[in-house]
Amino acid sequence: MSELLRIEGLRKSFGTNEVLRGIDLALDEHEVVCLIGASGSGKSTLLRCVNLLEPIDAGRIVVAGDEITARGVDVNGIRRNVGIVFQAFNLFPHMSVLRNVTLAPQKALGVPRATAEREAAELLARFGLGDKLGEYPDRLSGGQQQRAAIVRALAMRPRLMLLDEVTSALDPELVGEVLAVIRELAEGGMTMLIATHEMSFARDIANRICFLDAGVILEEGPPEQILTEPREPRTQQFLQRVIEAGRLAV
Amino acid sequence: MRRTFFDWDYFWDSLPEIASAFKLNVKIFCISEVFILAFALLLAVLRSLRGPVFFPVRALAIAYADFFRGVPTILVIAVLGFGAPALQLRGVPTSVTFWGIVALVLVYTAYVSEVYRAGIESVHPSQEAAARSLALTHGQTLRFVILPQAVRRVIPPLLNDFIGLQKDTALVGFLGAVEAFNQSQIDASATFNYTPFLAAALLFVAITIPLARFTDWLVARDRRRQLAAAR
Repeated sequence: MSELLRIEGLRKSFGTNEVLRGIDLALDEHEVVCLIGASGSGKSTLLRCVNLLEPIDAGRIVVAGDEITARGVDVNGIRRNVGIVFQAFNLFPHMSVLRNVTLAPQKALGVPRATAEREAAELLARFGLGDKLGEYPDRLSGGQQQRAAIVRALAMRPRLMLLDEVTSALDPELVGEVLAVIRELAEGGMTMLIATHEMSFARDIANRICFLDAGVILEEGPPEQILTEPREPRTQQFLQRVIEAGRLAV
Repeated sequence: MRRTFFDWDYFWDSLPEIASAFKLNVKIFCISEVFILAFALLLAVLRSLRGPVFFPVRALAIAYADFFRGVPTILVIAVLGFGAPALQLRGVPTSVTFWGIVALVLVYTAYVSEVYRAGIESVHPSQEAAARSLALTHGQTLRFVILPQAVRRVIPPLLNDFIGLQKDTALVGFLGAVEAFNQSQIDASATFNYTPFLAAALLFVAITIPLARFTDWLVARDRRRQLAAAR
């Protein structure tokens, strides 16, 4: 397996608040890694750094052999390889679902309109949105919006997908349909780095789980080991709270 | 007083001439508006550019907006309308209407750019993040994602500025252009009766009131839509 993502000594501060304090992480192609940890532990910031939405202070990030944090790099070229899906969907509210999906392939990749629309319609149909092409985002349920946002990222044919707590803004009964989409992506071999609070889902889907605490990866390993026999007291504490909140069956 | 301001005979006598002069106001308004909308958008976009490279551009845009919002409109009109033709440069128009329009465009561009800017800033940063994450350039993000949302939101305040502009076209009369206000002044001084001013006022109101109601209607419609979206 070849390595798709390598993060070395990544540091990031907002003002005097150091959110990431030296992250080292590598993902092989087709690997699915889940980031868990309390709110504020740096999961989202880490994902945003990998997509260059946040400038980093120190360290380096390599995607598919290219150091994306080097000076003078083609930012948009990098982003074509890396898709991100946000907690709040961030669909474009003034565009139909179809246009949301075709905009970037047309404008950033130069795909002709007819081709982009055909591919988008196929993707949307595959994820159960075949009858929503002409709808505007505010007419869709949260689950449908998030699936549309996932399709929008997929339409750029990324090699790596970053998912930032994609089910956190959803009503509980809508979580399942979005998780099913992510499962399908994993089965299709998509490389994914997923920040999540859904522990059972992480256990099912992840090859590896990383526990983030105060800006460092405190512990990482196979899901069963991290979720049932964590070595670090901080991980044990965190999982205990998650179990008490009913988010992980023991 | 009733005879001086509300004399029906004078009113009907002066109305046709004033109405005809009022066409100049409408013309000034329409021509200015086109340029104002375009220049103001450009100014607002320049001001939204980030990074140290664009500091001089941003600084110039801010200085422009501050200056022309601070100076009284009539002063700009006087400086350009009296000053520019007096230079007697070749190729420089001497029409006072032309310079009146230039002055209004300069002043109102400053106001309207602020309205656009408020709209641009009201679009949540997550929209830009989403667009950039899809490998769209800064320009494409602005063009396809930010501006369409921003402009939609500022249509009511833009119309409000239109109303102000329509009224301020009367200031061009100060340069000697025979628009509605100036025509009514001519009529009034010929007869020592001020009813012609009333006629001019009614003409202005006849345009600005429908604009104001249209603005209200747009605001109400946006509100209904937001409530519907929030469900």
